[in-house]
Amino acid sequence: MLRAFHRWPGIFALVLITILALSGAALSVFPAVERLSAPQAEAGLNVAVLTARIQAAYPGVEQIRRSPTGKIIAYWFDQGTPGSAMIDPATGKGVASADPNQIERWLTNLHRSLFLDDAGRISMAVGAGGMLVLAISGVMLVLRRVGGWRRWFTRLRGPLSGRLHVEIARIAVAGLLLSSVTALWMAASTFDLLPVFSPPPVAPAEVSGLTGAKVETIDLLLRTRVSELRELAFPYPDDATDVFTVKTDQGTGYVDQGTGAQLAWIDLTIWEHVSETLYMLHTGQGAAALGLLLGVMALGVPIMGVTGIIMWVAGRRARPGIKGNFAAARAETIILVGSEGGSTWGFAATLHQALTDAGQTVHAAPMSDFAPAKYAKARRYLILAATYGVGNAPASAAGFLDHLRALPSAPHAPIAILGFGDRNFSAYCAFAEAVVNEAEAKGWVTLLPFDTIDRQSPQEFARWGRALGQAMGFELELVHQPVLPAAQQLTLISRRDFGTELQAPTAILRFAMPKVSIWRALFGYGISRFEAGDLLGILPKGSAVPRFYSLASGSRDGFVEIVVKQQAGGLCSGQLVALEPGDTVSGFLRRNPDFHAGRKASPLILIGAGTGIGPLAGFVRANARHRPVHLFFGMRHADSDFLYGQELTDWQADGRLTRMVTAVSRGAKPHHVQDALRGDATHLAQLIARGAKVMVCGGRNMAAGVAEALSEILAPAGLTTAELKAAGRYVEDVY
Amino acid sequence: MKIFLATLLLTTALTLPGLAMARPVTFTTTLNNYGGDGAYLALYVTDASGAYAGSLWMAGGKSKYYEHLSDWYRATKGDPAQINGITGASVGAGRSLEITLDLADTLFDAGYTLHIDAAVEDMRDSPNEIAVPLTKSGAGSPVKGRRYISNFSYGL
Repeated sequence: MLRAFHRWPGIFALVLITILALSGAALSVFPAVERLSAPQAEAGLNVAVLTARIQAAYPGVEQIRRSPTGKIIAYWFDQGTPGSAMIDPATGKGVASADPNQIERWLTNLHRSLFLDDAGRISMAVGAGGMLVLAISGVMLVLRRVGGWRRWFTRLRGPLSGRLHVEIARIAVAGLLLSSVTALWMAASTFDLLPVFSPPPVAPAEVSGLTGAKVETIDLLLRTRVSELRELAFPYPDDATDVFTVKTDQGTGYVDQGTGAQLAWIDLTIWEHVSETLYMLHTGQGAAALGLLLGVMALGVPIMGVTGIIMWVAGRRARPGIKGNFAAARAETIILVGSEGGSTWGFAATLHQALTDAGQTVHAAPMSDFAPAKYAKARRYLILAATYGVGNAPASAAGFLDHLRALPSAPHAPIAILGFGDRNFSAYCAFAEAVVNEAEAKGWVTLLPFDTIDRQSPQEFARWGRALGQAMGFELELVHQPVLPAAQQLTLISRRDFGTELQAPTAILRFAMPKVSIWRALFGYGISRFEAGDLLGILPKGSAVPRFYSLASGSRDGFVEIVVKQQAGGLCSGQLVALEPGDTVSGFLRRNPDFHAGRKASPLILIGAGTGIGPLAGFVRANARHRPVHLFFGMRHADSDFLYGQELTDWQADGRLTRMVTAVSRGAKPHHVQDALRGDATHLAQLIARGAKVMVCGGRNMAAGVAEALSEILAPAGLTTAELKAAGRYVEDVY
Repeated sequence: MKIFLATLLLTTALTLPGLAMARPVTFTTTLNNYGGDGAYLALYVTDASGAYAGSLWMAGGKSKYYEHLSDWYRATKGDPAQINGITGASVGAGRSLEITLDLADTLFDAGYTLHIDAAVEDMRDSPNEIAVPLTKSGAGSPVKGRRYISNFSYGL
């Protein structure tokens, strides 16, 4: 619901809001330029002196205006010809033209009315309203995602477009809220929608009838500093009934032109003060620095528009239509989906299709539609649930837990819950677990034990499918194909073999950079720009399910390199290890920005074992700036599987690698990489206390061992691995 | 821009003296290219003593800008009833405004003066841009404004 409040105003008002933001950003420059270019009055200068100076230069002066930026303009008549100039208050003489800047005028009219007068003003006000709705709903979405105000600036994960969208939003939203609220106020004021609290000030009728008071002697002008002045209007020549009108930031005064006496003074009302303050906050007139800041924040709007559309389209694409969905009342199998971005819907569609093919009657629906009374024929519930943020319900599962809690008893048909998440995340499948706990508390009978799918692994999903088939009494093969980028052919240019003596053939495979058309490169498709740590998806012959390998090179290296170990019976690894130079394989790129070394200068602690050395070697190779890098590398036998042994030695010699500690698990003294860490505990604790980033790559068991060892090492310093993870300083690439 | 008012909607001061003897009068105001946004114009009449007698037309719809038509504003205290039904759009630089009103015959050659106040956003206010006595003999002779109006005339 909240998402819809964010999406639809965003899509419908995108063009208007983009015009508003860009023209607003451009306009924000003018007050600052004016502030810097207009000659400013010396401190304490009073209006009487300024006026006398201007009168000396232009005897026919009839109006003096000072803008909040300090620019002073005088208007005069000289022998029947009107004149005007920007005044240097030190001399009273004109220094520049007073004509309004044509570019600024054009931009202002675009910004407030699209050159369409009232219809345009209303459109732009609608745009500002849309901006306000977007800002408020966006704040609520970010709060839901990060888990509260205190975590407002927490580190984000996920696809680049989504992160960029939120990164910009959480900084710019303050300015956008301010700009949109003040814009709506100004629009309301223009259309007379605001109540008027004070009658307009009007000059008094009783004047002396005399003329000729010298401005230097007028008390009100002597008392008013130039910095307070808004406008001084002179009486008309030859009209003895007219008066001097003085407007300041406090009110309006009238002065007799004969006696110089103050005839009346009317203070600005609170209402006028509020109006003027809001005007200043919106335009930056009188608050140039704030104006520039708001302008810069507004520049984020088009980027948020584009990334927002990308997220929306990606979400829609990822959510396939489900064909042949049975009505809730007629289906025996009820699939309930809790999905945020839509990828879980993809799994649900695969499951739906496979069960339908097996002759089942299946109904799939969002978890938020859960209503047990509707499911008259239900014999089993299958719940596929992702997690949003730090354990919240994803969009399509809103309200599910409350609904379940409110039931008098659990439905009779048993339930199987499958969680979807990313193990690198501290709240891995936390929402699915919450569903499990609630179901247990209700005494809901389980069909299958709770299981999880890490990072959309098709293999894990297939395994769960087989278990489900067994429970249902037939063979169920779930072949899930996420929507994949088009694969490209990669040609092997060299291979280096290791581990043959250990019956664990391992190869460093180097492929040529594939040719990518400009069009594809522009849109980021294809294998064109990548860094070590990104993933290469390989589609083995005879399977539609890709396997992912961490890249051991960046595109700047000019080749595509991965490390592959032959798995027993592994289809993909078998094909890869059998490649000879000149052979091809089809692959595609999947970015993995969470596992990049980053550009900071703080030390890197790289920990890996076996083929996990691949991306770590890539980081070291790319370390031309000689950032301190400490590598802990576990292998079985130094003679047979010391991957990158020669390069690592060379890199250490030329300064790319500060230190290398190896651990050999086979031989006289078995030693694992976590043992090597413990042996270096004091030094590691120091490095981490100084801000070092830890990157771990390897098998799941090794990663668990490393986490345990690091916890012990960090405990004396009062640090935890969880804190480091939250700060993005402890990242894992685990398989 | 041409505006015709079939029925007189002016204040009583201008209409009562000779409702039976009214005649259509066309006021033509042409602006020069002053290089700014649309001008707000207030057309109003003062009597022989210089006192405000009534408004003929207000070009410009946003009341928050009326204070810049300073003479008119001072005379009327910005009273919206003075221009109720006789308000139109502001007039762009270089454009002209033509309004035709049924005016009482007694307004002519009786010491009444027609004034136009003008104002443009971010430019100088120009009250009393035009001040011409309403006379039958003066009809058709163009008058130049002070700042924004290149010429103004009225025809009987």
